[in-house]
Amino acid sequence: MFDKFLIDAASLRNIGPAEAPTGFAFEAKLGYYRGLGLSMIEELNVSIDGDAVAREAVTFDEGEGPITLDAMETAYDRRWPFGTPATIAVAHPGGFPAGEHKLGFQQKLRVSYLPFPSFNNDEKVVSL
Amino acid sequence: MTSKIKRGVSLYSFQEELFLGTMNLDDVVGFAASIGAPGIEILPEQNMPTFPNISDQQIGEWQDRLARHGAHFTCYDMFLDTKLRKGEVMSDAEQVASIVRDIKLCNRLGIKNMRVLIFVRPDILEQCVPYAEQYDVHLGVEVHAPWYLDHAWILRTIEVADRLKTSHLGILPDMGIFMKHYPPAFRGRFERQGARPEVAQFIVDSHEQKIMCEYTIYEVAVKMGGNKAEVAMAETLRHAPFANPRRIADFAPYFRHIQAKFYEMTPDCTDPSIAYDEVIPQLVKAGWEGTLSSEYEGNRWIQDVEDVDSREQVRRQHVMFEKLIAQAEADIGAVA
Repeated sequence: MFDKFLIDAASLRNIGPAEAPTGFAFEAKLGYYRGLGLSMIEELNVSIDGDAVAREAVTFDEGEGPITLDAMETAYDRRWPFGTPATIAVAHPGGFPAGEHKLGFQQKLRVSYLPFPSFNNDEKVVSL
Repeated sequence: MTSKIKRGVSLYSFQEELFLGTMNLDDVVGFAASIGAPGIEILPEQNMPTFPNISDQQIGEWQDRLARHGAHFTCYDMFLDTKLRKGEVMSDAEQVASIVRDIKLCNRLGIKNMRVLIFVRPDILEQCVPYAEQYDVHLGVEVHAPWYLDHAWILRTIEVADRLKTSHLGILPDMGIFMKHYPPAFRGRFERQGARPEVAQFIVDSHEQKIMCEYTIYEVAVKMGGNKAEVAMAETLRHAPFANPRRIADFAPYFRHIQAKFYEMTPDCTDPSIAYDEVIPQLVKAGWEGTLSSEYEGNRWIQDVEDVDSREQVRRQHVMFEKLIAQAEADIGAVA
């Protein structure tokens, strides 16, 4: 749902010192027609040109402070509201690679009324 | 005869514009009122970003917004996160507590109808009935495709309501159960994903003939060597039933609100898929009093190729409703 609208391509930026970035970040929305508690967001998979970034390298911040995917599993009092951008930060020494690359972003959600997990996928060609 | 059917809009209908930020809540409420559909169905988990923490001030802002546009609330769409914790299901007591939380918020908003997700167990709802009565909220289990009015799961809720002799538990039909024709918007999306036109036509024809879906799925997946898009299209038939509109009158005492699901309206304001032309006369004939609340769900089928215009889609549906209600009133009046 809302697949092609998940990644805000214009928001892509490096993080850390300009001369030696430690990673990159972008803004993204939740591909669902309602908000969802963070404990039910099972995966936020980021890839560059199809190569998956390690789960441990990704942090999420809806405004309450960066949190790892492992910590999200028990973040029962935090929610990703509907239609609201959150920051996806990725530890990636050197920052986002120079030139055009495919940035992939997949969300795996645990939606209680569905018998199976819900996946949302966006992929955009981006450059810094 | 003059029917007492009222018209409204679920904010679900505008998920595309609200998600993208091209419309805000004021725009949506104002639009609904402008087309004679001032009954607003709200999804607090969509439309209240701080949910479940809602202050009196926020509620006051909503009441002001509704008053400004001459609109009113009709229904509260609840959710239940039984899988809040990974690897375990919420206890029964927690499920009841979550629903009671929603009942109280529903009451604070001044709303008397709650859409209950169909997967909520009837015995859990039974435990919620005393709260529904105390806070004067009708718990309506959403009769959503592929379930239908007579489905045994739905009859369990009816049984509980009858046994408790309560007027605060019942159902809330989603008109997707009356899918008479396969939606062209579905077909278009699957063809863009690689479904061959002849296979898509086979699936549409099978649906038109009301062939039980498993025959068609096997035909497409195995005998026709269907590709991924074709198999996925065939599998939508599992969720595309056409229930008998003549059963509406039997169940009318159990519902006060309808989710008027639709996937697309043609420029001449007809629904190519959902049989409103058969449903509305039944509602009028039954003397049903409640709100037909637009639930546009076409955005997800076309957003890959075109800009979604939920306003125009909802407007066309209400032109159809006005026409069909007036026609049914005239026909029934003529008979009486």
